[in-house]
Formats: sequence, C-alpha cells, structure tokens
Amino acid sequence: MSGFLSIRNLTVRLKSGVTILRSVSLDVAQGQVHGLVGESGAGKSMIGKAVLGTLPRALQVTGGEIWLDGENLLALPHDTRRKRIGATAALIPQDPLTALNPSKRIGPQITRRLVDILAWTRSDAEARALELLGEVQIPDPARVMRSYPHELSGGMRQRILIASAFAAEPKLIIADEPTTALDVTVQKQILRLIADMQVRHGTSLLFVTHDLGVVSKVCDTLSVLYAGKVVEEARMHRFFMRPIHPYSRALLAATPTYLDPTGSLTPVPESVISAVEEEVRLHDVRFGT
Amino acid sequence: MRDARGEVRRPIGLRLWLSGGWLTLLVLGALLAPWVAPKDPLMQDLFLGRMPPFWVAGTEPGYWLGTDSLGRDVLSRILYGTRLALIVALVAGTLTCLIGATLGLIAGYYRGWPDRIISRFVDIWMAFPPVLFAILLIAVLGPGLVSIIIAIVVIDWTRFARVVRAEAMSQGAMDYVASAQVAGRTRFGTMLTEILPNVLPTIVALLTLEMGIAVIVEAILSFVNLSISTDSPTWGGMIAEGRTSVHQAWWVLVFPLITLFLTVLSFSQLGEGLKDRFDPVLR
Repeated sequence: MSGFLSIRNLTVRLKSGVTILRSVSLDVAQGQVHGLVGESGAGKSMIGKAVLGTLPRALQVTGGEIWLDGENLLALPHDTRRKRIGATAALIPQDPLTALNPSKRIGPQITRRLVDILAWTRSDAEARALELLGEVQIPDPARVMRSYPHELSGGMRQRILIASAFAAEPKLIIADEPTTALDVTVQKQILRLIADMQVRHGTSLLFVTHDLGVVSKVCDTLSVLYAGKVVEEARMHRFFMRPIHPYSRALLAATPTYLDPTGSLTPVPESVISAVEEEVRLHDVRFGT
Repeated sequence: MRDARGEVRRPIGLRLWLSGGWLTLLVLGALLAPWVAPKDPLMQDLFLGRMPPFWVAGTEPGYWLGTDSLGRDVLSRILYGTRLALIVALVAGTLTCLIGATLGLIAGYYRGWPDRIISRFVDIWMAFPPVLFAILLIAVLGPGLVSIIIAIVVIDWTRFARVVRAEAMSQGAMDYVASAQVAGRTRFGTMLTEILPNVLPTIVALLTLEMGIAVIVEAILSFVNLSISTDSPTWGGMIAEGRTSVHQAWWVLVFPLITLFLTVLSFSQLGEGLKDRFDPVLR
C-alpha cells in the first residue's frame, strides 16, 4: 500500500546518538484519516515534525524517505522542500495558546497563508477567511478577525487554527494532538469539526494522538508506535476487533469504556513492555545502532 | 466567548504621566536653553560666588538655584548640561539597542554557531568591569562627545544581547513560529515578522532603561573629568565640583544630583509604563 504521504524507513536520531525513530514506515492514503497512536515519549509528534521539516535542532533525520504527493521530500534542496511543504501541507498544532502570534490580529494570521502560498489579493483572502471562520462555527467572524489571540478562549483559538490549516486547501494536514489541551466538553466539538472539515475538503489527515477513543471516532487506518518503532499498522475495524500485537492488545485493554469506566482499566503489563523493548533492542542490533 | 480584557481602555497611569512629564520638561529645557536660561552658564562673577538658592536669606535676584564657587548660575548650568545628557541618552541608547538587540535576536533565534560566537563574546565582555573599561576607552580615544557615546555602546550592548536572546529563544519555541515555517516562510522572514514584534515590548523597556544608564555613565565620566571639555557644563562635572564645597554651598551638589536622579528614574518608569500599556500579552 502506498499513499499520498508515504514514510519509508524513517530514522531520526538525537545529535548525541540516541535513536528517536527506528525505521518508521507508514502511509496516509488520499482523502483518508490515518491515526498515529502511542504513549507519551513514543515519538509520535516527531514523525509529524519530520514531515513538516520542523524538527528541533538537536534532532536529525539519518535515514529513510518521506514521499509527499509523489516526491521524496528528503531528496529535495532545502528551499524547494520548504516551498513544497508550504503549498501541500498544513499543521493543526497541539496547544492553541501558543500557536497564534500574540502580537498580531487574527485576520492577518489566516490571510497570510493565502497571500503567501496562493498569491491571492488581500481582499480576496479576507473574504475567504471570513467564510472559513463561519465554516468552523465562529460567531461574529468579522469581529474575531480584528481580535488579538489573548482576547479569545482556547476552544475559539483551536477553531481558528483549524480554519487557518484548511485555508490554503492543503492536500495533507497533520493534526498533532489537536484536542489534548482542551476541555473534554470542547474536545468533542473540535473533533467533530476536524472530521467534518476533512470530509468536506477531501484532505488527507495524519492524526497524532495518545487517545484511542479519539482514534476510533475519526480514523480510517492507524499505526501504533512504541519507543520510536511501529509495532502494528491496521485498518480501524480490524484493529479494534482483533488487535494482533500484544502491545496493541494491552493498550486497548488500558482504555476506559463508557459502560464500565473503572472495571476495564488494566495497566499495560510488565511482561508486554519488556517483550516490546526486547523487540526494539533486536531491531537496533539488526540495524546496527 | 470573547472576554472583557480587550474592551477595557485603561487610562494612562500616574507612572507614565509623571515620568513622561519630567522628560518632556527636560527636552523643552534642553531645546530652549538659550532662551529660558536666566544667565550665561559660563559667565563667572567672583563677587557673586556661592549665592544660596532663592528661598534662603542673602540671595541675589535672578539666581534661582544659587551660584557655584566661581559665581556661575546653577540653574543655567543644569539646563545646558541637560542638552549633553539627552544627546548621550538618545544617541548612545539607540545605538546600543540596535547593536545589542540585533545580535541577541540572531543568537536567540538561529541558535547554533551564531549563538555560540555571540554568547562567548558576551561572556568575555561581561568579565570586564564596565566603568573601568569605559575610562580606559576614553583614555585611548581621547575625551569628547563621540568617545563617550562609543564607550557606552561598547560596554552596554551585552545587556540587550543577553535579554533579547533569552526572549527570542522562548518565542522561537512557540508553535506559531513552527506554523509560519510550515507555511513556507524563510527563517529570516520568520525572525522579522513573527519573533521581532513579540520581543519589541522588551526591547522598548530595555531601551528606556539604557537611556537612563547612559545618563549615569556620562555623569560618571564627567565626574572623573573624562567627559567633554571641562568648560561646557555637565551634570557629572557639576556634581564633581559641588562635592568639594558641599559644606559651604550644598546646592551646587544637590540640584544636579536631584536632576540626574529624577531623569534616570523617569527613563526606567517610562519604559515599564509603556510595556504595561502596549504589550498585547500583558494588556
């Protein structure tokens, strides 16, 4: 299977030598939602950052390929790559509180993408931004356009970020834990909004999260990441019916269900963790790290 | 869902009024010195030496703040000294700010080797005792207005570089910077359009603080007779002269000292007041 975004054997290391991602491969098919789950520290966000070229300075890609719309991003020269990413992909970030520039009004922050990437005129871009803000159900969009980020609530800001991500009609959106920083009540609305927007715009979506409940609502396929390695890749339905990898099974067992919120909570057993770690270690031996 | 913070128009605080008022007064005094100064600041009259200020008995009309040991009018000398003090504050402050803030911004945002070079320079620079360094520089460059300004820039750019670097680093880690880069902005463009506006309130506060410091450094250099020629009145020079006769004529020391104190205080308060008022995050 080969997708719109296709990551092949991606390896990312700290400059000090520690391996963060171990030969990761995953595919996001055209117009589909691919979930990327794992516990904190597994390297989920780093995959998104590697694709978008925003890895922290201490990290570097030491191997693999990232194919986006038929082109291997890692083989492109730096400037071309940046332009290509800007025109094809967008990010819905994790923390709406730091993702908008505090010293600029909302309007220009959305229209900037349209003016920069699609070379629209300012007035066209503003009309489109108003329309998008309406689409993400923001009341009184004209007033919000003139507001500063600190004048708006977290939920509002996340809606704005969603509108802004979809603004230039990117073919791929990477959502990096877009609901983690929000209230549970707002989470559901935002999730539905992202799912609606994705269907309406036909965008491919890589949805990074630690929440299997969230994944089950919005994703078509998913990858399970442990310690920088993909341990299982599956279609949604098959994964929830018959998870194959013991770690996936343990992860599912550790998720509270609606009908039995406390009874089914089982921590991932030690034996599973040591087994997965052994697997990762063997992998490292095989790849000579 | 929009909260009330943005709606409130805060009145200009007392702090801004007082500091702004004092500095406006100084600027006017400096600009209009030839017309408002009651006497020629250089004119000596040995018969009128050490006349007390106007409210003390035995004063001579027209010498509001008294005279020094050579019979020169203290008020007029303070007014003319203001010119030099303000020129130094504006020119040295601005230059220091431009150089320090630019280096700090580059170090904090680009990190890597530019940061390593700039930070090492800052570390080395800060190991010199600043006032001695300034005195040494003036001794090499020769006294004069330009030398004072160069000395202030050379010793104080590190203050800007350090603070702006730290600020640029913390802003650089924010998600909005990553978003701008994903949208295809160049690193340099991102630095100017995303980082700089958010560091600007800090830079403005530092700039006003630096102007106060420049005034102090100029006074210190005048005090040790290393400022511009000894004829032209400077606050520091007056303080140095007043020190020798403080028991006979305290006013020669006290009035320039008060002016200096109020000016430096006003600069720093103005900076804080502006930051409170115009920083969109604090507002």
